[in-house]
Amino acid sequence: MTMRRTTRALDNQTEGLERLQPGTTLQDRYLILGVLGSGGMSSVYKGRDLHFPNVTKLVAIKEMTSMLTDQTMYEMVVTNFEREADLLATLSHPSIPRIYDYYTDRNSLYLVMEFIDGKDLEAILHETDDFLPVEQVINWAIDLCDVLSYLHNHKPEPLVFRDMKPSNVMVDQHDQIRLIDFGIARVFQPGQKGTMIGTEGYSPPEQYRGEASPAGDIYALGATLHHLLTRRDPRIEPPFSFSERPIREINPNVSPEFEAIINTSLDYDPKKRYASAEALKQALLSAVKETGILIRPRTAEIRAHEDDVKELWSFECEDEIRGSPILYQDMIFIGCYDNNLYALDAQTGEFLWKYATDGGITGRPAAEDGVIFVGSEDHRLHAITARSGSLVWTYYTEGPVRSSPMLSHGHIFFGSDDAYLHVVNSLNGRRVWRAEASAPIWSTPLIHEERVYFGCESGDFYCYDFRGEMKWRKKVKRAVTSSPITHDGLVYFGSKDWTLYALEVENGWQVWRFRMGGPTISTPSTSEDKIFIGCGDNNIYAVHARHAREVWRFSTEHQVTGSPTVFEDSLYCGSVDGFLYCLDIRSGRLRWRFRTEGPITGSPAIAEDRLYIGSNDHKVYALLT
Amino acid sequence: MSALKNFFERIIKREKTLPPESVKTAPLDPSSLEPSWHLDEQQTIAVGAAQSTGIERDHNEDTLFVLLSNATTDNSLPDFGLFVVADGMGGHRAGEVASAISVRTTARLLIEATFLKLLENENPTNQLPLQELIRQALEEANESVVERVPGGGTTLTAALLLNKQITIGHVGDSRAYIINDGRSDVITRDHSLVERLIELGQLSPEEAASYPQRNVLYRAIGQGANLEVDIVSHSIPYGGYLFLCSDGLWGVVPDHEIRRIIYKSGHPQAACEELVRAANAAGGPDNISAVLVGFPPK
Repeated sequence: MTMRRTTRALDNQTEGLERLQPGTTLQDRYLILGVLGSGGMSSVYKGRDLHFPNVTKLVAIKEMTSMLTDQTMYEMVVTNFEREADLLATLSHPSIPRIYDYYTDRNSLYLVMEFIDGKDLEAILHETDDFLPVEQVINWAIDLCDVLSYLHNHKPEPLVFRDMKPSNVMVDQHDQIRLIDFGIARVFQPGQKGTMIGTEGYSPPEQYRGEASPAGDIYALGATLHHLLTRRDPRIEPPFSFSERPIREINPNVSPEFEAIINTSLDYDPKKRYASAEALKQALLSAVKETGILIRPRTAEIRAHEDDVKELWSFECEDEIRGSPILYQDMIFIGCYDNNLYALDAQTGEFLWKYATDGGITGRPAAEDGVIFVGSEDHRLHAITARSGSLVWTYYTEGPVRSSPMLSHGHIFFGSDDAYLHVVNSLNGRRVWRAEASAPIWSTPLIHEERVYFGCESGDFYCYDFRGEMKWRKKVKRAVTSSPITHDGLVYFGSKDWTLYALEVENGWQVWRFRMGGPTISTPSTSEDKIFIGCGDNNIYAVHARHAREVWRFSTEHQVTGSPTVFEDSLYCGSVDGFLYCLDIRSGRLRWRFRTEGPITGSPAIAEDRLYIGSNDHKVYALLT
Repeated sequence: MSALKNFFERIIKREKTLPPESVKTAPLDPSSLEPSWHLDEQQTIAVGAAQSTGIERDHNEDTLFVLLSNATTDNSLPDFGLFVVADGMGGHRAGEVASAISVRTTARLLIEATFLKLLENENPTNQLPLQELIRQALEEANESVVERVPGGGTTLTAALLLNKQITIGHVGDSRAYIINDGRSDVITRDHSLVERLIELGQLSPEEAASYPQRNVLYRAIGQGANLEVDIVSHSIPYGGYLFLCSDGLWGVVPDHEIRRIIYKSGHPQAACEELVRAANAAGGPDNISAVLVGFPPK
């Protein structure tokens, strides 16, 4: 009964807060221009102070409207609001926004503050993809130490900020750091994050015991710097787990000295942190002095790794190799843009034979029962004997074949620029059925549990059964050149719309999507519940298959159009920068890289300790890993 | 600046007593020793749910929600289920209101966005990703509680079953388990401060027992304008179970005992009733909620 009554009473309040409309004037003085943010019981507006008719003086107006009916609670809220306004009014520091006015009107409380034209650090993190320059972060850190020192040395009583985090630090248009949200400016955070227990993720352990001290602010500053440098948001990690994410493992640009300073700030024991914000600032300054340069040249570190891999042999073709090799019966088969399919001895790289098509070969061949199948821009799929390279049959489509063939149950599945998925009998090259798509098909079909999945260049993604009947279709915003893979009931593929998709295999319901910093045509791969994919934003991403969260990303020097290949605990992936990279799949750390003289757009074939890769420098390389 | 955020005041404490030293379960009733229902023989998903105020509490702040659609006659309608456990907290009646409002909000939004679309036979591939739908639903639940129930909060663990995938949204210290092949895995993370401190070796289990904030959650619905929701997807455990419960159950009945009861009881409904009995037999210090979903073998 109580339950019902309560619910009914609450239903009257579902409208929530009524926002002030632009054009409204408060106190005949503040003209509302728009909303800056809102949350909980308050809103913050951008306003203009009409007492200055000749200039545009902008202000930020925080309005707090209480819907609390409990008188005691309401009074507590009002008292806190007033106390904070009084406090802010007494502060004077270039990094702290000024308070101009404070008043109540009917049920609402208003605070008029300096309008800060800038962005907070959380927004800056959101808007960038790469690590922020370390020197810039150090400069912010030093400025933040200054303002914390000011607060901590406040008389008669030290002030503890208690909520240091990226969204509470703004960088104004003069590149000045401004500390916002002294409990009042909370709604300035565009991300609207935070809980009432300090801010989870940034608060020190002792704050949970109700202790607030300057050492707590130092911890939160350390947490903020850790977030800025690693791009790993502590709010989505277990509390106090910074040591599990060592800064330099994630961001090798950071010097060991700077890392050590942040680790000291993040000590679980407040006594082991810096004794004051001033001491932290001095430590930062001396680290800057000692190291001279704070940014370690990353290339030096990488060069050391280039010896970890040995070239066994290489073989030069007559044009670019855009596709990928396969290893079959101790031979390497690879198509080239010189129109030929090459067969090489896997051990020695010795040329065995080549088979000429009438167009460039961009895909990966497939092999079964002594026959190699390869598509060509000459509109055909060719079946050739593996031993001698003699023709078995060819199959015509109405357009260039750029999709790689996939074999299953004696059938070959592949797409063509004629916008059909062709299904061909592998013995005789006769069509079994074909399925129409809305645009050319460049992706390689995936065969999974008697269904075939593929994307096309208009952004349609299809699931057909083995009889050629469409089961479902998913439309994404841009081309799906990336080929699908499946793992644990989901099908994954990338799109030129900058997104990695995860769909339920049976009915295509989207389970999650992951946004990257650019378009992708790379085919994902999976291992240990992670999905790996290359992207046009130069990165190779590892995304958690269940949580859809970024586990790590590795930045190459150019677009990654090739597809990552996982072998044991290593990930191998080429980049348009010409390197083949070998990364640790758990951390994304570089193990080694191998330089070729042209972009690598294909993916490697791997067997035991051998790796084979083609490059646009016309060569096929065999590496001993 | 102590007035700014008196965080101590804002920490929501839940009155809880410690679990008794030893866990005893009620003697099994003879009929449940030899269940006539076996998961291995089933072809459709089966669900059970049970709840109890417990021995030491005088009112129930937990909310349960169970919806299962097994449409075996129409193969174009995939299996659908929504299972939610919420454990409310806060003075007066705030806890039960918070858990009820959260569950209503979450269930309404998710059913509208998924189940109703399926019934309308709308192309599901144009919908938002399930993980985003669940995140939105929990965020909206959070906003409702923040606005409507000052001082109230709740845990919320919501599992959405769609075809062969389970997607879970989770905040707080209720739990979701996957139980299969005789093992159980907790697939949610308890947002409990004490658990975290023990994990870090900063607090021993003995110290934790007398730790003043031992019931503090570092994440809960209703604790601030914004909320970070844990989301996880899992393929269904063929021939196994999805199990959701509040800490009134997992806090007093050990995992191996939970497993034993589930495997022994036959139908999920019998298992849930037996699990609740076991928690009460162990002292019943808190409200108890359990939802068990059994999946047929592949």
